[in-house]
Amino acid sequence: MSSVLRKPAGPRARRDTTPVSRALVMVVLAVSAVYFLFPLWWLLVAATRPFGEQFSGGGLWFDGFGLFDNLTRLTEQNDGIFWRWMLNSVLYCGVGALVGTFLSALAGYTLAKYQFPGRGVVFGLVLAAVLIPKILFTLPLYLMFSGIGLVNNPLAVLLPSVVSPFGVYLSRVFAARSVPDEVIEAGRLDGAGEFRIFRTLSVRMMLPALVTIFLFQFVEIWNNYLLPAMVLSDDRLQPVTVGLVGWNASHVAVPPPLVVIGSLVSVVPLVVAFLALQRFWRAGMTTGAVK
Amino acid sequence: MTTTATRTEAAPAGRAADPVPRGRRRTATLRTPLLFCGPFVVLFLAMYLAPIVYAAVKSLFVIRRSGLGLTGPTEVFDPLANYSRALDDGDFTASLGRVALFGVVQVPVMLAVALTLALLIDSRSARGRGFFRLSGFLPYAIPGVSAALVWSFMYASQSSPVNHLLEPAGVRIPFFDDGVVLWSVANIVTWSWTGYNMIIIYAALQSIPAEVLEAARTDGASALRIAWSIKIPAVRSALVLTAVFSIIGSAQLFNEPSVLQPISSGAVSSTFTPIMSAQAAVAAGDYPYAAAQSVVLAVLVGVVSFVFFRLTGRGDQA
Repeated sequence: MSSVLRKPAGPRARRDTTPVSRALVMVVLAVSAVYFLFPLWWLLVAATRPFGEQFSGGGLWFDGFGLFDNLTRLTEQNDGIFWRWMLNSVLYCGVGALVGTFLSALAGYTLAKYQFPGRGVVFGLVLAAVLIPKILFTLPLYLMFSGIGLVNNPLAVLLPSVVSPFGVYLSRVFAARSVPDEVIEAGRLDGAGEFRIFRTLSVRMMLPALVTIFLFQFVEIWNNYLLPAMVLSDDRLQPVTVGLVGWNASHVAVPPPLVVIGSLVSVVPLVVAFLALQRFWRAGMTTGAVK
Repeated sequence: MTTTATRTEAAPAGRAADPVPRGRRRTATLRTPLLFCGPFVVLFLAMYLAPIVYAAVKSLFVIRRSGLGLTGPTEVFDPLANYSRALDDGDFTASLGRVALFGVVQVPVMLAVALTLALLIDSRSARGRGFFRLSGFLPYAIPGVSAALVWSFMYASQSSPVNHLLEPAGVRIPFFDDGVVLWSVANIVTWSWTGYNMIIIYAALQSIPAEVLEAARTDGASALRIAWSIKIPAVRSALVLTAVFSIIGSAQLFNEPSVLQPISSGAVSSTFTPIMSAQAAVAAGDYPYAAAQSVVLAVLVGVVSFVFFRLTGRGDQA
């Protein structure tokens, strides 16, 4: 579906720039790239160094190889709790994003394709909620959950995570753009029910958009640190972000090199997903921006 | 849900014209949207509105402990107590001032860098556009907490690789000094979000018609002149939008300072930002006071974003 992608405006004209301006532009861009990549490069190099050498010297070039030894130590720390955290993260994000994408798709599609009383109110609420950062709701949410005894329960992370106003917004935009009214009409004439039309026809047309929504929600849940940090005090339930910050704050109890290696391992899946699914990311961002 | 929805026969709902009698259509038009939107709306109300209402109610009570401590603490209705306490609380008001200062400085700097990079990548002098776009955007894929952890290694007073690099020049940045630590935090936020804003601005630049730029060039306008008079005005709405989101984002500052806190040797206090302050109240078991702080922050964010949208006028956005 090329409609979710923004095409550059036509082919670039022939180069008629001076060497000085070219050099200047490239120098500034190169400096920016160094700034953006520097910490990640350091992380990669530090994680491959032999255990204990992580913080010695500048740490900007490979020096000995201890990546596998480091991974073994990471696995052995606290009976392998690190991998349990990774699994928790994947579960919270996977389940939350899957359910959330379904809810968002259904709600956004309905807002785009049906006329009903209250439609404006619902969409207004969604837009307002997009503007307010989720973290502002987290403390009240914690107070409410502790009032009804729902702390230290995975549901306390999952329930708020499946609600994504931004997902509903994206889904509404994409549904309006990619599902023609005629297709819905044709489905009705063939005697298909409304949910069946949604499930078999509309979802298929919205699929690239749904991947985008899934991706955004997955990352949003992975990024949400305050909520799990507050509602999950049992460390066997925590996601990897909360676990690593706990290690980092423990100073001597957990050797700092393990935090470095854990940090690298925890960002690898996200970076891989990011590189592999770039066009979906960009589609979601530009749709969110160009209202 | 599936069965009820599929039983809704062929009665169409929506914009399209329909030949079905009116009465039947009524129920169908209401029932389907209700079933489709219902789950989201119910969860939305439960996870967004209910907590705010709960916190607002909670904030009207204060915890009273009896003098002898023989009975447990009780909650007494005293609607203004927590709010007047919050306004008198030097730590809390200081945290509000701190994020306001942060927003006023960090947001313009970040957006200026993002705009400059977008213009440079868009310029005819640039090579390797894909690489620079990607390198700027990559930090956005790193979760805020992980970014803060990685930067905390960059800042670590014993082993900072940044200071190691600067050593030959005789420069040493004291990342955790009282006056500096806020900008150490600002650097992490800038690192994470510049590329995101750059991509949004770059997308807006791409939508300027090629003929307009070609015409300006034929008229002899320089690249700088084109950037200033055509490109920047064309991305104005993208700039407004990224500014609004960034300003609102400043209010929620939490991840970066709380990751730096344990290694900052006191420069990052437990009440460094409003959310950290509210969380400190939770940790102290003072839920009503935490609720009051959350309500104050939510109201302030609401007012600021409302005013900002009014001032910039949503109407002139594309």
